[in-house]
Amino acid sequence: MPLTLSVVTQEREVLRRDDIQRLIVPTSEGQITVLPSHAALMAGLAIGEMVAVAAGEELAFAIHGGFIQVAADEVTVLADAAEHLDEIDEERAEEARQRAAERLADGGAGTESFDLLRAQLSLQRALLRLRVRRRGSRSGVPAASR
Amino acid sequence: MAGAGAVRAVRDRIRSVENASKVTRAMELVAASKMRRAQDRALAARPYAERMRAVLGALSGYSQQADADDLHPLLVERDIDHFAFIHITADRGLAGGLSSNMNRAGASLALEHQPNVERVSTLTVGRKGRDFFRRSGFPMLAEFIEIGDFPGIETVLPIARIVIDDYATGAVDRVYLGYQQFVTTAVQRPTFRQLLPVVAPEGSEDEAAVDFIFEPEPAQLLETLLPRYVEMQILEALLDAAASEQSARMVAMRQATDAAGEMITDLTLTYNKARQELVTSELLDIVGGKAALERDR
Repeated sequence: MPLTLSVVTQEREVLRRDDIQRLIVPTSEGQITVLPSHAALMAGLAIGEMVAVAAGEELAFAIHGGFIQVAADEVTVLADAAEHLDEIDEERAEEARQRAAERLADGGAGTESFDLLRAQLSLQRALLRLRVRRRGSRSGVPAASR
Repeated sequence: MAGAGAVRAVRDRIRSVENASKVTRAMELVAASKMRRAQDRALAARPYAERMRAVLGALSGYSQQADADDLHPLLVERDIDHFAFIHITADRGLAGGLSSNMNRAGASLALEHQPNVERVSTLTVGRKGRDFFRRSGFPMLAEFIEIGDFPGIETVLPIARIVIDDYATGAVDRVYLGYQQFVTTAVQRPTFRQLLPVVAPEGSEDEAAVDFIFEPEPAQLLETLLPRYVEMQILEALLDAAASEQSARMVAMRQATDAAGEMITDLTLTYNKARQELVTSELLDIVGGKAALERDR
């Protein structure tokens, strides 16, 4: 029996499908793969790439932290933010990456440590978006229809 | 001629009321469409809220079993020295009694707690509430205005940050969350509920029976989930308050449009009467003049 997957953020439901065969997800303890009949699990999520595999189709998401619950083939992802591959604007992510990189390259002279942390986080997010985005164009997997 | 002047005055009055009713009609339509959007937002946020409640219910059952003394700081109840409440109102008026009802409810909540605790303060969201509490010199933790018609998570984060930090450091001992709850289009109800310490939702029987693997351990998972739960409740309140504001404005503007319509009917009657009187008096003048001429002949 396939997995039922729902990916939700505070603001919206990002995905709900009941034909997922495999889910690769970045937990705070490392990347895991969830197959049907997986043991019941509650885990924290890291910032990373999540891939759900359905019949001949790969759905890639950028996940920015959160929480996952697996129970009786029901997978719930409570994400702080989640973007499907198609929703990611490559140009914007690239600009954000450059901005953050420049700020960090300044060596943080005269910058508050809080701002430095923010720059690091936004660099991390931008790199993740780029990775997910480029993955889609490279592998040639057709864009997921929803 | 005084008669013609009076007729013109009534006609001008009708025209200005007509213009006003065009404006209120437009505002009603705008509010109606914004209300629908706000409701859609609230609806879109619901899946997360439902799942969060289920997950937290299951998890908190576990962590309490594990160690009752070692509760997460956001779950610990303590004696109340400092009571605080988040008070959500609109930025703008023209929404009937919406904001003043909310302010009255907030003031009576404060009065109710004042005799029992050392300090009561508020964190206001929206200009109407801020102005109200500022006027009376009420202590304020923070104030947020101009959050927009459709608040999102970016609005929630700083608010949640303040109350969570203040609770964790012991600066406040209890936090309530107050907003105008959307009941129906015509009814909004000022509602206050406890936000901190977190009242964990009840886990269902089925979930308690499941033998979960935790990565990391439950206590650490709670550390990430509880702040999200607080944020989620604030977002729900903001979205509900947004729908309430638009529906209250829609109803107020509809009433204003209806009142203008009645006024136009009344004024039109007055106008017709005045015009008829004018015509009659002009006719009388002509008839009277003719009679005078004939007499002279």
